[in-house]
Amino acid sequence: MNIQIRKLYYGDIPEEKGGAENTPLGAGGKQSDWPLWEVFIRSKQGLDHKHVGSLHAADAQMAIENARDVYTRRMEGVSIWAVESKYIHASNPEEAGEFFEPAVDKIYRHPTFYDLPDEVNHM
Amino acid sequence: MNSLIDYTLHLADNALILGQRNSEWCGHGPVLEQDIAITNISLDLIGQARNFYQYAATLIGDNATEDSLAYLRKEREFKNALLIEQPNVDWAQTILRQFFFSQYQYLIFDQLQHSKDKQLAAIAEKSLKEITYHLRWSSEWVIRLGDGTEESHRRMQKAIDELWRYTGELFEASNYELEAMKDGFGVAVSQLKDEWMNKVKEIFSEATLSIPEKTFMQTGGKEGKHTEHLGYILTELQYMQRAYPGCEW
Repeated sequence: MNIQIRKLYYGDIPEEKGGAENTPLGAGGKQSDWPLWEVFIRSKQGLDHKHVGSLHAADAQMAIENARDVYTRRMEGVSIWAVESKYIHASNPEEAGEFFEPAVDKIYRHPTFYDLPDEVNHM
Repeated sequence: MNSLIDYTLHLADNALILGQRNSEWCGHGPVLEQDIAITNISLDLIGQARNFYQYAATLIGDNATEDSLAYLRKEREFKNALLIEQPNVDWAQTILRQFFFSQYQYLIFDQLQHSKDKQLAAIAEKSLKEITYHLRWSSEWVIRLGDGTEESHRRMQKAIDELWRYTGELFEASNYELEAMKDGFGVAVSQLKDEWMNKVKEIFSEATLSIPEKTFMQTGGKEGKHTEHLGYILTELQYMQRAYPGCEW
């Protein structure tokens, strides 16, 4: 079968339906020129960067600084990643059935059917 | 002692008035993200002002508080530089005013953190990280706008022509600054001028902007002689305390 993966934007809103690129930004200027960026923040506790939201910026440097002002004001993070939303490829929600449902009835894939000897800790 | 109080109030007033000015952008920023950025800077500045006012209040005694110093002094008692109180006009002029001031504040606080006065030194050290970011942010915007479109360049250059006349005062020491310097707790502002000028020229050359020639420099703010703008700022800032004396929430 020929599976095609369609490119979707943040929030699974297809581009042609007026998703990210056309978000209105308030008064004045041609702000729709500014691309959308996805922001990932690493918290003090965590090792991984978690997705926290998105914002508009003219370039990468501005995206990082905007992210600092918008998403780290309350000591949320120690590191920021920003990636232009158009570089994120998402699965198509319409294909969720064939993508994810086949896993539902295969609980034997979870290693929960073993009797563990008492000597084994931390499992 | 009086010079220490005046010097502390001068530093506080600079921060408070610019914080108040920038806060006028709240809800009106050119884009949401920059609205938040400029309001963040406002909050940083008002935080700095509070630290200085609290210290000044303990020096003055006599029931003075940070609130009485911010809300109940008159125009002539404010010691902020003229540059600080100039109107926002547009994003270009707001950015430029922030850039001029942050560069100035950075050079002062960099030395003030080694002041003989432990309290001033501590406030300076704490504020310096904030200021470093303000400087970085405003420098980048000066370059963006100066080296941007035809219109952004024109507006930036217009802002320079408007604000340049207020930059001279920054490096002219007032009486209390001279005394503060003599007593070893203040910074010699006149000696910061060359470095400030070099940094500004560096950014301007990248931004393709030019410095106006032979400008008559306006002075007086540090001594309490202000432009007409300060009165309007104080009217708004102090309205609640003037209309309902002692009101709290």
